[in-house]
Amino acid sequence: MTATATPTTTSPPSDAPARIEATSPASHSRLTWLFADTLVYTRRHLAHIRQIPEKLLDVTIQPIMFVLLFAYVFGGAINVPGGRYKEYLVGGILIQSLAFGVVGPATSIATDLTEGVIDRFRSLPSSRMAYLLGHFLAELLGLALSIVILSSAGLIVGWRTHTNILHVGSAYLLLLVFASAVIWLGTLIGLKVRAPDAVMGIAFVGVFPLTFLSNAFVPISTLPTALEYVAAYNPVSVMVAAVRELFGNPTAPITKHVWPLEHPVLAAWSWSLLLLLIAAPLALRRFQKVTTD
Amino acid sequence: MHDTDVRDHDAAPSSRPDGSPRSDFGVTARGLGKRFGDLWALRDLDLAVPVGSVLGLLGHNGAGKTTALRILTTLSIPTEGSATVAGFDVAAHPGEVRSRIGVTAQQATVDGLLTSRANLEMVARLHHVPAAEARRRADDLLERVDLTDAATKLAKTLSGGMRRRLDLAASIIAKPSVLFLDEPTTGLDPRSRNDLWDMLRELVRDGTTLLLTTQYLEEADRLADEVIVLDHGRTVAIGSPEDLKTRFGGDRIEVTVATASQLDATAAALLEFSSGNAAPSVDRESLHVAAPIAEHARLIDIVRALDAADIDAVDINRRLATLDDVFLSLTAPAHSHDRVGDTESQEVPS
Repeated sequence: MTATATPTTTSPPSDAPARIEATSPASHSRLTWLFADTLVYTRRHLAHIRQIPEKLLDVTIQPIMFVLLFAYVFGGAINVPGGRYKEYLVGGILIQSLAFGVVGPATSIATDLTEGVIDRFRSLPSSRMAYLLGHFLAELLGLALSIVILSSAGLIVGWRTHTNILHVGSAYLLLLVFASAVIWLGTLIGLKVRAPDAVMGIAFVGVFPLTFLSNAFVPISTLPTALEYVAAYNPVSVMVAAVRELFGNPTAPITKHVWPLEHPVLAAWSWSLLLLLIAAPLALRRFQKVTTD
Repeated sequence: MHDTDVRDHDAAPSSRPDGSPRSDFGVTARGLGKRFGDLWALRDLDLAVPVGSVLGLLGHNGAGKTTALRILTTLSIPTEGSATVAGFDVAAHPGEVRSRIGVTAQQATVDGLLTSRANLEMVARLHHVPAAEARRRADDLLERVDLTDAATKLAKTLSGGMRRRLDLAASIIAKPSVLFLDEPTTGLDPRSRNDLWDMLRELVRDGTTLLLTTQYLEEADRLADEVIVLDHGRTVAIGSPEDLKTRFGGDRIEVTVATASQLDATAAALLEFSSGNAAPSVDRESLHVAAPIAEHARLIDIVRALDAADIDAVDINRRLATLDDVFLSLTAPAHSHDRVGDTESQEVPS
C-alpha cells in the first residue's frame, strides 16, 4: 500500500496538481494497478452471478426460448425470399439478445448505487475507473456467454455459416463491439435512473419496439410502408443485416433503398463504435458526478 | 482553539519513511464548511486530533457529524476550509489519504452478495495487499471479530451486529493509521456495543487515530479523549469529556425526599445554592429534586438548609454532571438565538 507514496508530497495546495504529476509512480505501475483493481471488481461481479444465477437467465435461457419459438412455432408462417428461415433467424436473435443486454449492467449499477458498498469503494485507494471497467468486463463475459449459447442453439436447429473464417470471425468481433456499446449504454442508464426497479421498465419500453420494428424476425418488406421506413433506418436492422451478410445467411431483398441497409457491415461498425464512443465517456463522467458531493 | 497547532503542522517540512508527512496529528481541520443549496450543513469546524487519540463528534441528527466525516474521508468536497488526514490534504491528495484510512459508514458498506471472507479479501486486494497476505489477514480478522463461523456465509445473511463487525474488519484490514466511524454502535445491543468498544480501545492502544461520531454521550464519555459538540453545523463546545462536564455541567445535587408534599420546599431550599439561580428541576414521580450547584456551595450547608426547612431527605447525592447534562445545556432551545438563519437543518443524506 505504500506503492503510491513518495517522500515529497507535503507541497502546499497551490501547486498540488503539478506535484502529484511529478511524484506519482511510473505510469506503467499505475496502469498495472488499474488492471489489477479491475480484475478484483470483475471477480466481485462474477461472484454475484454465482450467487444469483437467475441474473444470467435473460442472456441464456431466454434467447434459447426465442430460437425454439421462432424456429418451430412462428417460423413456418414466415417466408424469407432466397433462404431458409432458421438461417435468417440466428442473426436477428443474436442482436436482439445483445440489445436486451442493457438490462443487466443497468440493474447492477443502480443496485450498487443504492447500497452503502459504493461508499466503501470510493474510500479505497483504487480508482473509480477500475470499478466501472471491472463491471464492464464482467458484463461482457456474460454477453459473450450468451453469444456462445445462441450460436450453439442455432447450430442445433440447423443454422450454418457460408463464408470463410475471416468473415465469421469479423461477425463475432462486431457482436462483441456491439455488446460493449450496449453495456456502456446500460451502465449510463443505471447511473441515470439510480433505482434498480425502474430499469426493467425503461429497457423494455426502449428495446422491445427497437428489436421488433426491425428485420430481426421478419423481412421488412412485409411491413406497412410507414413502418417499413422506420425499420429500414432502425440501427437494429443494420446490425442484423451486417451479421447475416458476414455469416453468409439470407438477408432478404432490400425494398427500401436506404444507405445503411445497402452497406450494412460498414454501417453496423459505425453505429457500434459511435454508440461505444458516446456512451462510455458519458457513463464515466456521470459516475464521477453521482459519486461526488 | 487549535489554530496554532494546525498551522505548525501545515508547515511541517520533513516526512516519514512511509511517505506521509511528519505530523503529530492524525486529523486536522481549519474553518471546514459544507453548504448544500442555502443550507450550511457544517460551518467553521476546527479540529486537531493527536496521533493515537480519539475524537468524538457529538450531536443530534442533522448536527453535521456525517458531513464532517464525509469530507475528512474524501467522499465529499468542502465548500470552504481545509483538512488534513495522516498529514495529507484531503482535497489535494485524496489518493494518499484513502490509502491510509479506514472508514465505517452509518449504513453497513459490505457487499451482501459476497461471503464475509470474500468481502474482506476484496477490500484488502483493493488496498493492493498481495493475495496470500489478503487471505491471511481476512482469516485473522474474522477470528478477531468473532465471525470465523460466518466466514463462508453471504454478508446479507448476517445479523446487524455481525455485519457491523464485518464492516469494521473491512475498515481495518489495510492497517489504517486513521480510522473513521460514523455512529458505530447505533442499533447494536448493549453486549455488541461493549465488544465493539473493547476492539476500538485495542486499536487506539496500538497507535490508531480514531474519529467517531455518535449520538450517545455515554459512547463519547467512554472512548473519546476529546469531544466536539456540534449543533446545526456549528461547534458549540470542545474539550475532554471531564473538561466539558466541569465547564458546562458543573456539579449537581440531587435530593430524594420521602413524600411529595416536601418537593416544593426542597426546591425552594436548593434555589439558594443553585448556580445562576436556575430553578431546580422537580421529578414528582421519583420524588427527586435536582439542581446545578454553585462552585462554592458546600454539601454541609445544603444539608443544614434542608434540615432547617424540616425536610426529610432520604438521599442526598452530589455528582459531576454527565455528558447528557452538558449536551442538553448546550443545545437547549435557550441557545437558539445563537443560530442565526439556520432553521431547518437536517442530516444530509449520504
